[in-house]
Amino acid sequence: MTGEAHQHSGMTNGAAPGLVCLTDDGLAALFAVLREAGCEVIGPTVRDGAIVLAPLTSVDDLPRGWRDRQDAGHYRLAPGTGPARFAHAVPAQGWKRFVHPPEARLWTARRDSDGDLSIEGPEAPPAPRAFLGVRPCDLAALGVLDGVFADPGAAHHDPAYALRRRDALVIAVSCGKPAASCFCAAMGTGPAAGDTGADVALTELVEGDRAVYLARAGSPAGAALLEAVPHTPATDDHHTARRAQADAAAAAQVRALPEAASRILADATEHAHWADVAARCLACGSCTLSCPTCFCATVEDSTSLDGATATRTRRWSSCFTEVFSYIHGGAVREERGARYRQWITHKLSSWHAQFGTSGCVGCGRCITWCPVGIDITAEVAALAADRPIRNRRAPARLRPQHTGPRRRKDDPPA
Amino acid sequence: MSTDGSDAPRRPKLAVWKFASCDGCQLSLLDCEDELLDVVGAVEIAYFLEATRATVPGPYDVSLVEGSITTAHDLKRLQKIRRQSKVLVTIGACATSGGIQALKSMADTEDYIRAVYARPDFIKTLDTSTPIAHHVPVDVELRGCPIDRGQLLHVLTALIQGRQPRLPNYSQCVECKRAGTVCVMVAKGEPCLGPVTQAGCGNLCPRVGRGCYGCFGPAEGVNTRALAGHLRAGPAQGGSGLDGPATRHLFHTFNANAPGFREEGQRHG
Ligand code: SF4
Ligand code: SF4
Ligand code: SF4
Ligand code: SF4
Repeated sequence: MTGEAHQHSGMTNGAAPGLVCLTDDGLAALFAVLREAGCEVIGPTVRDGAIVLAPLTSVDDLPRGWRDRQDAGHYRLAPGTGPARFAHAVPAQGWKRFVHPPEARLWTARRDSDGDLSIEGPEAPPAPRAFLGVRPCDLAALGVLDGVFADPGAAHHDPAYALRRRDALVIAVSCGKPAASCFCAAMGTGPAAGDTGADVALTELVEGDRAVYLARAGSPAGAALLEAVPHTPATDDHHTARRAQADAAAAAQVRALPEAASRILADATEHAHWADVAARCLACGSCTLSCPTCFCATVEDSTSLDGATATRTRRWSSCFTEVFSYIHGGAVREERGARYRQWITHKLSSWHAQFGTSGCVGCGRCITWCPVGIDITAEVAALAADRPIRNRRAPARLRPQHTGPRRRKDDPPA
Repeated sequence: MSTDGSDAPRRPKLAVWKFASCDGCQLSLLDCEDELLDVVGAVEIAYFLEATRATVPGPYDVSLVEGSITTAHDLKRLQKIRRQSKVLVTIGACATSGGIQALKSMADTEDYIRAVYARPDFIKTLDTSTPIAHHVPVDVELRGCPIDRGQLLHVLTALIQGRQPRLPNYSQCVECKRAGTVCVMVAKGEPCLGPVTQAGCGNLCPRVGRGCYGCFGPAEGVNTRALAGHLRAGPAQGGSGLDGPATRHLFHTFNANAPGFREEGQRHG
């Protein structure tokens, strides 16, 4: 991989050359080439009972054999013995933390003893990185974030984001084992990685006691990377197996959003169902902060004790917090139901008008990581069917009626 | 802020007061090892018995108040402190909600006194342990058992610089997600009060794989009933399978008397 080629990585889609096959050793060689090129390789690994995204030191850090079970409010890992390294669905976090960090300095101003001010801009971008094992929905999520931040003409253009994206080589891996929370097939973002968006798209196939990786380059940088590692042309059997895996993975998905989701939400601004959601939702913000496309942040200023240094920091925020809608005199969205409505309506409906696409890529994280298992697909179904739904997890006896220290307007009667 | 020269601005006078509490929160100030000298340079420590016996009479620019009100005498003392303080900051779960000792508000104080003291007739105490804000106006509230020293420094800095302090009132989950911590409730079924607990501790407990036990007290807009319902649901329903007493104990610790936690605990005998 050359430095020049690398500059074109991440956001460039070159022609898609043929499919090639890498062995286990080929994958290790690919890893070594990336490391030698000075790339920090970030990818899935097991930590604290989940598959998370973190810097990897070798292919041995990948979650070989591990399977995940994900459902509403539920995540469990099970060790396995198979040779597959990518037999899991989406990791706990999305990739946004690497391109739109949870906390980023925007500037620091210093006043010296003469009273002169000097201003330092955002933190320098990190060294070039490779994102290894990007799931197709997460690849689509990076595309959604690009639409928000990377376009120089966009209202929210963020040069620091654009640099982090430019310097990230993306290696996507198609999904063969979706979780119960996944609905990428309905959103058209997976389960197979398409020919665009990634520098390299991999499909992992298990052949007996070993895994092989079918690879296709999606950019000149990706092509250069594949050139640098041992590979053979893919066989007809490989092509067939790859298609079969994609079909089976799509067929295995149990959740979906209707195509009319945008309209359903647009028509539901006044709906009795928001009170039903308010009774179950904790307004904890886990859904938005787990979502790979939710980009909202707040800006906070701090100073040193002597007042000589001031720093402005951007931190992830959530539309589920009260401060998020706080304007002069109070918060616009006091009630939990109003906050949930804001989130789901932006995500599935007004996002189209704002950015020309859905804000949801069907990764299912908001479903899995909601502590009480509130399910975006079930809520849309309930809104469409015009009737409240039952909490899918708590038995009726314990189902929340109305809660909290303060009684809220949109809570149902106790 | 310069301290030499007669035309230099006067350093704000800081006082630290203690009511029913364990001293842990005031010690957080002494714990600011790296910043302690800067703090001492920026303020005049006028009253802080944990640090120095020398005291300067009021009025005070900033008073940090630790502890809850449990005796009639303390109440009088508090009112005097309020009159002498421009800005009053409560520090810690005792001062902001009544502390773990507020459990006595839900029991028979006489029983406790007889059980603990050899000479119950020597003990003069109220039947309740109440937060400072129940008795006098409070300007800034620092939560936690103990408080977070980063937040303490933030508040002192803001007050010295004449800025509004910025303290989050949203949930602990926000800190978890920013930190990239794996949710212990979803991934392990550990009971966690994080969704209804105010952020600010720096994600201490979930970061080491245990549930939050709510020492920062209720977040804004909390839905304790939905969380309690989930905690009590069996693992097959995705819950933690807690029984009534375990659920009550979870809500009734350091912030047993905080609105939301108090009522939720009481619902689970
Ligand atoms: S809304 Fe939910 S399913 Fe859709 S992209 Fe966000 S986290 Fe994934
Ligand atoms: S939907 Fe779930 S994750 Fe989102 S704020 Fe409500 S309780 Fe939290
Ligand atoms: S561990 Fe607790 S605080 Fe953290 S996200 Fe999960 S429920 Fe929220
Ligand atoms: S995680 Fe919860 S219990 Fe632990 S220190 Fe923070 S607020 Fe306190």
